[in-house]
Amino acid sequence: MSEHAILWTALSVLLLPMLSYVIIFFFGKMLPRKGDWVGVTLLGATLVQAVRIFVHFWQMGDSQLRYEGGFRWLDLGQFTADAGILVDGMTSVMLVVVALVSFLVHLFSVGYMHGDRRYERFFAFLGFFTFSMMGIVLANGLLFLYVFWELVGLASYLLIGFFFHKPSAADANKKAFLTNRVGDFGFFIGIMIFFTAYGTFNYMELFAQMQLAPLTGALLTWAGVGLFMGCIGKSAQAPLHIWLPDAMEGPTPVSALIHAATMVAAGVYMVARLLPLFDPNALLVIAYIGAITAILGATIALVKTDIKKSLAFSTISQLGYMVMAMGVGASAAGMFHLTTHAFFKALLFLGAGSVIHAVHTQEMPLMGGLRKKMPITFVTFFIATLAISGVPFFSGFYSKDAILAGALAFGMQGKTMIPFILAIAAAGITAFYMFRMLFMTFMGKPRDEERYSHAHESPWTMSVPLLILAVLAIVSAGWKGPADSWFSKFVTSYDLPAIAAEYGHQEHHIVESDHHVAVDDHAVAHVDEHADSHAEAAHGDSHGHGHGDAHDDIHHKAHNMAMAMSIAIAGLGIFLSWLAYMKKAFSTEAIRTKLNPLYKVLQNKYYFDEFYAATVYKFVLGFAWLNAAFDRIVIDGIVDGSATVTKIGGWITGSIFDRYVVDGMVNGVGNLIQGAAQGMRRVQTGQVQTYLLYVCTSIVILVFVFRAL
Amino acid sequence: MADHILSWMTFFPVIGAVVIAFIPKGNKEIVKTVAAAAAAVPLILAVRLFIDFDRNLDGFQFIEHFEWIKTFNIEYHMGVDGLSVPMVLLTAFLSFLCIIASWKIEKATKGYFALFLLLEAGMMGVFCALDFFLFYVFWEVMLLPMYFLIGIWGGPRKEYAAIKFFLYTLAGSVLMLLAMIALYLFTTDPATGQTGTFNMLHMFDQANHTGILTLDNVRFALWMGLFIGFAIKVPIFPFHTWLPDAHVEAPTAVSVILAGVLLKMGTYGILRISYPMLPDQAKAFMIPMAILGAINILYGAFCALAQTDMKKLVAYSSVSHMGYVLLGMSAMTEAGINGAVFQMFNHGTITAMMFLCVGVIYDRAHHREINGFGGLGLQMPLYTTVTSFALFAAIGLPGLSGFVSEAMVFMGAFPVHQTITIISAIGIIIGAAYVLWMLQRVFLGTRNEKYDDIQDINSREMFTLVPIGLVVLFLGIYPMPVLNLMKVSLNSLIAVINVAG
Repeated sequence: MSEHAILWTALSVLLLPMLSYVIIFFFGKMLPRKGDWVGVTLLGATLVQAVRIFVHFWQMGDSQLRYEGGFRWLDLGQFTADAGILVDGMTSVMLVVVALVSFLVHLFSVGYMHGDRRYERFFAFLGFFTFSMMGIVLANGLLFLYVFWELVGLASYLLIGFFFHKPSAADANKKAFLTNRVGDFGFFIGIMIFFTAYGTFNYMELFAQMQLAPLTGALLTWAGVGLFMGCIGKSAQAPLHIWLPDAMEGPTPVSALIHAATMVAAGVYMVARLLPLFDPNALLVIAYIGAITAILGATIALVKTDIKKSLAFSTISQLGYMVMAMGVGASAAGMFHLTTHAFFKALLFLGAGSVIHAVHTQEMPLMGGLRKKMPITFVTFFIATLAISGVPFFSGFYSKDAILAGALAFGMQGKTMIPFILAIAAAGITAFYMFRMLFMTFMGKPRDEERYSHAHESPWTMSVPLLILAVLAIVSAGWKGPADSWFSKFVTSYDLPAIAAEYGHQEHHIVESDHHVAVDDHAVAHVDEHADSHAEAAHGDSHGHGHGDAHDDIHHKAHNMAMAMSIAIAGLGIFLSWLAYMKKAFSTEAIRTKLNPLYKVLQNKYYFDEFYAATVYKFVLGFAWLNAAFDRIVIDGIVDGSATVTKIGGWITGSIFDRYVVDGMVNGVGNLIQGAAQGMRRVQTGQVQTYLLYVCTSIVILVFVFRAL
Repeated sequence: MADHILSWMTFFPVIGAVVIAFIPKGNKEIVKTVAAAAAAVPLILAVRLFIDFDRNLDGFQFIEHFEWIKTFNIEYHMGVDGLSVPMVLLTAFLSFLCIIASWKIEKATKGYFALFLLLEAGMMGVFCALDFFLFYVFWEVMLLPMYFLIGIWGGPRKEYAAIKFFLYTLAGSVLMLLAMIALYLFTTDPATGQTGTFNMLHMFDQANHTGILTLDNVRFALWMGLFIGFAIKVPIFPFHTWLPDAHVEAPTAVSVILAGVLLKMGTYGILRISYPMLPDQAKAFMIPMAILGAINILYGAFCALAQTDMKKLVAYSSVSHMGYVLLGMSAMTEAGINGAVFQMFNHGTITAMMFLCVGVIYDRAHHREINGFGGLGLQMPLYTTVTSFALFAAIGLPGLSGFVSEAMVFMGAFPVHQTITIISAIGIIIGAAYVLWMLQRVFLGTRNEKYDDIQDINSREMFTLVPIGLVVLFLGIYPMPVLNLMKVSLNSLIAVINVAG
């Protein structure tokens, strides 16, 4: 395909879901079957278009291949902003992942949402979400990245709150949006710093400018941390992860699509896309946050009995892996895991949805033995469990292994080992809790006969997506790590010197205010070094060819060690889980009582929510109340008569000053004016003349006063 | 009409008001129709203005210039540039829709619509006047109908609100008057070489300033006088408390005009009068103004968060959103000032939608207590969709116009006031908080069975909301049509200030 054709195809991938939204939103009610077929068909078309782009990149096999197109969206003279799309290998993979999962979720929802009274709205919102997500993937500049970033936030808000008559859903969507806004606050500041320094939003131009005139130390770190805050919010990283478990209030297909496979991965994609903008300090922050999130999510998933909540914490944990990968210089592995995770986690959620659809509960203690009633769901769920647990020959093994290898190499290079230690521990816990979930849900004897007797396998629209995803959960890694598998063709490793040469000559005015943002013009000498460290970060992980033998050696060693350790620890996790839940070799009940304090901490999710409730919420609401009271009492008090103030003045101690001094003054002035314009107390037309007379007189007087000066 | 387009736009509503005065009592339908027609003409002319306005020309267009009161050198001088055209469009657009939105007014219909048309004339005049005295006259003319519209057709505490509005604005007017007279007395008319001219264009030219106008202290005093005068209108903290009261008591359409157009007169005044007449003072006042902007943004947002009356919440959100205008203006950069004026326009449309939405529910439930509802999403689905649209526009959702102007303001302010801008950006979190919390309490959650039989939004109400919504959406997707109008004039204003500074 020509560049032209690629860009137009990419544009259609963006706009077809939008078309679906518009048609179903406005005409859904009038269409047969409320227009669900419109959504499924258009998403099918989206998928075909995405695959066409993917195939093109597959054939070209060039990781430097890049197509970019756009138009001037905003132009004030010097201040300009472009809207455009960027298609490269990484984009093409993401397009297929998003389109495929979205298509399957559309199909699944036909069965799952059947009979809902806002059935058509659901499909409309799914279309809107897919459009926004495609926008994030395709954007070629920070401004439009932010635009679509917020739009997926809206889609998420609308879909979490789809059952908005439930108070818990209404709480959850607000929480999700606001928590994300906190992250976006930092994200926006990061964007402002980069824009102020370089006068452009365009990724490639930014990378080029970074090579030519790097920002200096702390500012660059802060800018990077700012951008990363966007990822902390969107990808549910600690400490802003609190919204994701609550987001499970949304219908299960939404959880699969938005809150497991695609949107929450947007933060990871963003970091990978903008990797050259992060300095080593920012990357270290990223590595730590990711590792902490990985262990935090895994440990909580261990104790949750709600199948969706447990999966949500599992998602948080897996996202932590991806983010950590970005930080430790294994970005390709992170993107690889994003891809495989999208399939097996979507599968787990849709499987959970299928189960919930059948037994009408999310509590695993009320399930059990469902494998006989729901064989397809069981087998596919089992496959996904194997994949996420890191069992060899399943996709998750290869991607997770690559991340662990990256983290180990990071430690072996003399940086910190902590991310690796946390991550490998989380890997074992993951295997344990996933098999616990599998055993509790599908194995053993039914614990609730009533529910069990009504359970049934889901219709084909639900089971076909499961089967397709199951196949992908096995094969999507291609039985190799990211460096050797099909994925290597799609790893975008920015060739920064080339980008600098290509985009660097473009003129950028904006901001000559050098005393505000320190652009280090003298750092030319640093450029090479800088380019090197970034190129390394961008190339990343085991794929870091050509960085010298020692380097290769460490990676090779790390890779073998990590693989052995991850197999061992996954096996251990599965074995213990089997002992506990199948063999009943030891009682989980007993352990729980023994470790009660720890259990409580985990069950309460490390008290994050309680902490925020006691601090942030309290502070914000209290401060708001204080402001409003100040407004009403102090400021209005200055204006109002003393009667009002006396009445509420007792409320606030220390308002003596206010009451006597300020009010005394104001009342004086007030009385004066009121005396002068006394007639105006009553609203009568006759006062117009009085007023005009007053105005005219004053003008005349003032003219004379000034003349005399 | 094409020759004196600005005069027609300004005075056609007056003709309408006069005609209404002569319609015998009891013919309410005729009164309303005449009012709608009288407001439709300026709207049509505004479209014409939008088409004919030369976007590449720096300076004033559609000028009308006659002698008026010769003794004091007062002239009838009208003209528009890139700063005023968006405001004129906004005024014509909202005034027409407000007439439609007032269709249900039963009390003293004649008086209401006549005053409303006078109000429109006053607003148009303010945005078109190029003679300071004429500006002042329009400024005061607009004050009176507003006073009566709140005082007669308002809610339970209407007299208190009307008096408060009146006294506050009056205080501002007096300060403006003092400054105006000083400027009048010490500005030379280059044609005659004599001092004493109200012509703003002469006042813009620093070479014409003589006598005390060349003294730094006097210039500072004049700046402060004008600034406080305009600040009351914006309103800037701490002169803002008339606003929530006025809004709570005012009828829906009056609130729309109040927030949609009247508040913009404050910032318009600063940009039209203070900036070019006293550019050196403007430059020196950058940081205080940015701080005031940040205070408005945050203080307004926090106050909004604590409100339980929908209208009060929207009123405080206006305080917050006008803070963005101030922040952008204070930066005096391209993105900052263009963003500020664009934000003036966008706040006009978005807040108009919000007040119209609140009006819809108030008409049905006869109260606006946020906690008195719940689950309206099931009872009034269409209304919920429309209101959500307006609310999300208010919190700067990309794809809607508010985002573009807010982003421009931040991008423009950041290089100049880094810390203040970062602090101000907290406003985007708090803004989302008060809006979503209200959305939750009113539309989501368990439904209040009391309102099970409530009627969804009707087609007349949709007729007022949909056009605004389309403008908000269109400018969010592609803002250039409005930015093109303003950018040449505003960029030259920036140049003027930077030369002086």
